[in-house]
Amino acid sequence: MRRARKGALAALGVLYLSAICAGFLAPYDPAAQDRDLAFSPPSRLHVLGTDGFGRDQFSRLLYGARISLLAGPLGAAISIAGALLLGGAAGFFGGWIDSLIMRAAELFLAVPWFYLLFAVRMMMPLRVEPAQAFLMILSLVALVGWARPARLIRGVVLSARTRDYVVAARSLGASNVHLLRKHVLPQVTGVVSTQAALLAPQYILAEATLSFFGLGVGEPVPSWGNMLTVLQRYDVLSSYWWMFMPAAALVTTILLYSMLAETVHDWPAVR
Amino acid sequence: MPAVRYLLVRIGHGLLVLLGVSLLSFLLAAAAPGTFADELRLDPRVSPETIAAMQARYGVNRPIAEQYFLWLRSIGRGEFGFSVIYNGPVGPLLWPRVRNTLLLAVPATILAWLIAIPIGAWAAAGRGGWLDRLTIAATTVVVGIPEIVLGVGLLLIAVRTGYFPTGGMTSLDFDELGAWEKMRDVLSHFFLPVAALALISLPVLVRHVRASLVEVLRSPFIQAARATGVPERRLLFRHALRVGVNPLISLVGLSVAGLLSASLVIETIMSWPGLGPFMLDAVMARDLHVVVAAVICSTVLLIAGNLCADGLLYLADPRIRIGRFP
Repeated sequence: MRRARKGALAALGVLYLSAICAGFLAPYDPAAQDRDLAFSPPSRLHVLGTDGFGRDQFSRLLYGARISLLAGPLGAAISIAGALLLGGAAGFFGGWIDSLIMRAAELFLAVPWFYLLFAVRMMMPLRVEPAQAFLMILSLVALVGWARPARLIRGVVLSARTRDYVVAARSLGASNVHLLRKHVLPQVTGVVSTQAALLAPQYILAEATLSFFGLGVGEPVPSWGNMLTVLQRYDVLSSYWWMFMPAAALVTTILLYSMLAETVHDWPAVR
Repeated sequence: MPAVRYLLVRIGHGLLVLLGVSLLSFLLAAAAPGTFADELRLDPRVSPETIAAMQARYGVNRPIAEQYFLWLRSIGRGEFGFSVIYNGPVGPLLWPRVRNTLLLAVPATILAWLIAIPIGAWAAAGRGGWLDRLTIAATTVVVGIPEIVLGVGLLLIAVRTGYFPTGGMTSLDFDELGAWEKMRDVLSHFFLPVAALALISLPVLVRHVRASLVEVLRSPFIQAARATGVPERRLLFRHALRVGVNPLISLVGLSVAGLLSASLVIETIMSWPGLGPFMLDAVMARDLHVVVAAVICSTVLLIAGNLCADGLLYLADPRIRIGRFP
């Protein structure tokens, strides 16, 4: 299992590196059109073929990776930061703060995930610039996904707070800040890393799904989600197999992430 | 009557959650820039007077608290607010949508459990063997398939083989068919989406069945039963499954959540007229009250799923029946 984890980590590293170096690796401008070569199959000119506007699929895949791959870890970082703040406060202070935050979390968990995602999407303007859309998606997933990690973190903090050595430190006059930093937060790292490994792929999918339905990052900026949108046309679907490449990229990424999460987390991976 | 009290407590809790969710989704939707009036104003056929009258009726320009209250009152009339795209009250639109979603979700859940239990049980029985490792590998791969990819994959199957229709719920000539053919028509339309939803919920279920049974198979009473010569198959499906099924029942509620969520995407891609496309179209058209109603309906389905799980657990687990329920 150790080896599998290292392999997954290395493969993800390669993916992220190639996304960052997209400008260096991509043979074409991802938005450059060549109408004479629409839907041309993979060839030595275009390694993964072209799309309906004759844009190079490989270059678009690389540039799309920037958006699709970054949305996951960044969104996870933001929502875990929020969860640490809220869950930590709930567990540490208890009382009405605890019940208020936990009731709110319950509401966010009571709605099926995609329904909540699209409901929160309703909050944002319908037509947005691609760069803003990326920030929008980040804030979206952070807002939608804070509840589960917050609940778990609260549980850990709550049990850490009542441990004997924490009570002893408090009786010696340790301040809240000291207690949090030295005794409580170190306990949370396990939950945080597991949740991060589980949330990141979920957010990558959230971005892909939003963009697929035209509610996320829009043309001409490529993302793995909006590159798949064209597959809703039956002629494209049945004739041009290389248009499925973004799907393959998505599946590979999710698989690598779940290999990573599984070793952290062990058996039942629940999404 | 502890059973009745148990049920009432759960239902009351569910209602409170629903009220909270309605407030939450209303606030989210109301925070959106622009209202449905802006979309309507783009339509030259709608006069400014009509728009003003509608704004007055739903208090669009009033404070949010008042809007929410007006909307709550419209539930009492069975209206659930006003829809701009359907140009009428939302209430009557909801039931057919919910019914169509249930038409997918219920068979998919049953199908997924029927497949997951034997696979998980066999994997647990032959723990560490080739079947077990194959199951683990397969579930890992299936978990990795995103809903949108599965959706277009199914479309591809439909287009390539031609055995299944590529979307919708009925054929164009549906109204002219006889009762028997109508049923066959709907059945052929719903095969692919149900298969997709079952496939999506399958890996999580298989893993939990396996984990639960591995745990049970280690216990002494299984050892004792095996020593008295109970055949392995009977041991697995009669003795172990009975005990192992309890933690799985509470999973029913959880799997319903994933199923409904996936259902939004699959329904939209396969143009199945359920809650999913209803919701998405409304988000695109900024149709506030429809979005809120769709979110509430999905939450009702989720809570109902959890209630069913609670009821089943109550029937299956005597420890809960005695009265010590969480």
